[in-house]
Amino acid sequence: MKRLRLIVQLVFTIFTNGYAYGFANGKIYQGKLKYACVPGLNCYSCPGAVASCPIGALQALLNQRGFQVPFAALGFFFVFGSLFGRFICGWLCPFGFIQDLLHKIPVFRKRKTLPFHRILKYGKYVVLFGLVGAGSLFLFGGFAKVPAFCKYLCPSGTLFGAVPLLTGNRALREQIGGLFSWKLGILILIVVLSVKAYRPFCQYLCPLGAIYGWFNRFSLVRIQWNEEKCLSCKACEKACPVGLSVQEISRSPECIRCGRCVESCPGNCLHFVMLRGDKL
Amino acid sequence: MRFWKSSKRGTWLWGILVGTAFLGIGMAQGQFAVIWRKATMICMECIGIG
Repeated sequence: MKRLRLIVQLVFTIFTNGYAYGFANGKIYQGKLKYACVPGLNCYSCPGAVASCPIGALQALLNQRGFQVPFAALGFFFVFGSLFGRFICGWLCPFGFIQDLLHKIPVFRKRKTLPFHRILKYGKYVVLFGLVGAGSLFLFGGFAKVPAFCKYLCPSGTLFGAVPLLTGNRALREQIGGLFSWKLGILILIVVLSVKAYRPFCQYLCPLGAIYGWFNRFSLVRIQWNEEKCLSCKACEKACPVGLSVQEISRSPECIRCGRCVESCPGNCLHFVMLRGDKL
Repeated sequence: MRFWKSSKRGTWLWGILVGTAFLGIGMAQGQFAVIWRKATMICMECIGIG
C-alpha cells in the first residue's frame, strides 16, 4: 500500500500541476479550470497549477468588500470532505507528499510528533480561525484586505508558487523584500522539522487539515475497525505515523488515512471501506 | 452539532447535498468569478512579495 500511495500522490501532484508552459516561462495558467478548486493545499500561483487552492479561494471570498458568506468555498469543503475526509491529506495533497518525501531522508532520529503535541495539535484551528478567518476579514494592506494565511504563513505558496515563479521571472525577482525572507524562513523551518517529525505542517498548522478533520467521522472513504477480530497487539498503533490508538483511528480528526495501520494489522481487522462497509 | 458528531453511514450523502447547495448559491452570487480572478493573477501575497 505504501507504494500505491506514493504513486497516487505523485500522479495527483503532477496532474494538478501539469501546466508545463508556466514553469518554462514563469507565468501562471489562466484558463477556465481555475473556477474550480483542487482538494489539497495547492497554491494557485504555482506556474503549473491548473485549478484553485481551496484555502486561497476561501480567503479571496473573505477579502471582498463587506461580508458575504463564502458559499462557493464552503461547498468545495463539504463535497470533498464528505467524500474523502482527511484521506485527501494522506493521498492527494502535494504539500503533504513533499513532507512525506522529506521524512524519508535518513538523517536525525525520527519522531512521530513534536514535543507538546497535545497542545500544538490545536494550532491548526488557531490558524484557521485566526489567520484564514479573522485575518482575511480584518487585516488590511493599504485599503484592501489581505489573504493573511497566504501572506504570512503558507509554505506551500513559497515552495510551489514563489520558488518556480521567481526563478523564471526576473521582474518579480527584483521585488523581493523582507516578507519573502520571512516566508522563506518558515518554509525552511517546516522542511527541517519534516525531516525530523512526521508532517509537522499537517499536524500543527494546516487549516485545510483542520476542516477535513471534521468530516473524518462520517466521510464516504473511512477506515473501519472490526473490534471482535482485534488481537490487541497494538501493531497498528506502532505503525500509525501520528501515534493514534486503534479506537481513535477510524474517527479522529488527526487520522490522515495513510493506511499504515491497515497494512500492519496481522488480524486483518482494519480496512478501508466505502458505502455500506464494503472493503476497498 | 449533531451533524458533525454523527457516524451514521449515510451522513456523507447529506454533506454532499449541503455542499452542492452551497456551490449553487455561490455560483448564483458570482463567487466563482471572484475565485477565478484571484487564481488567474499572480498572487503577490502568496509568493511573499505583496
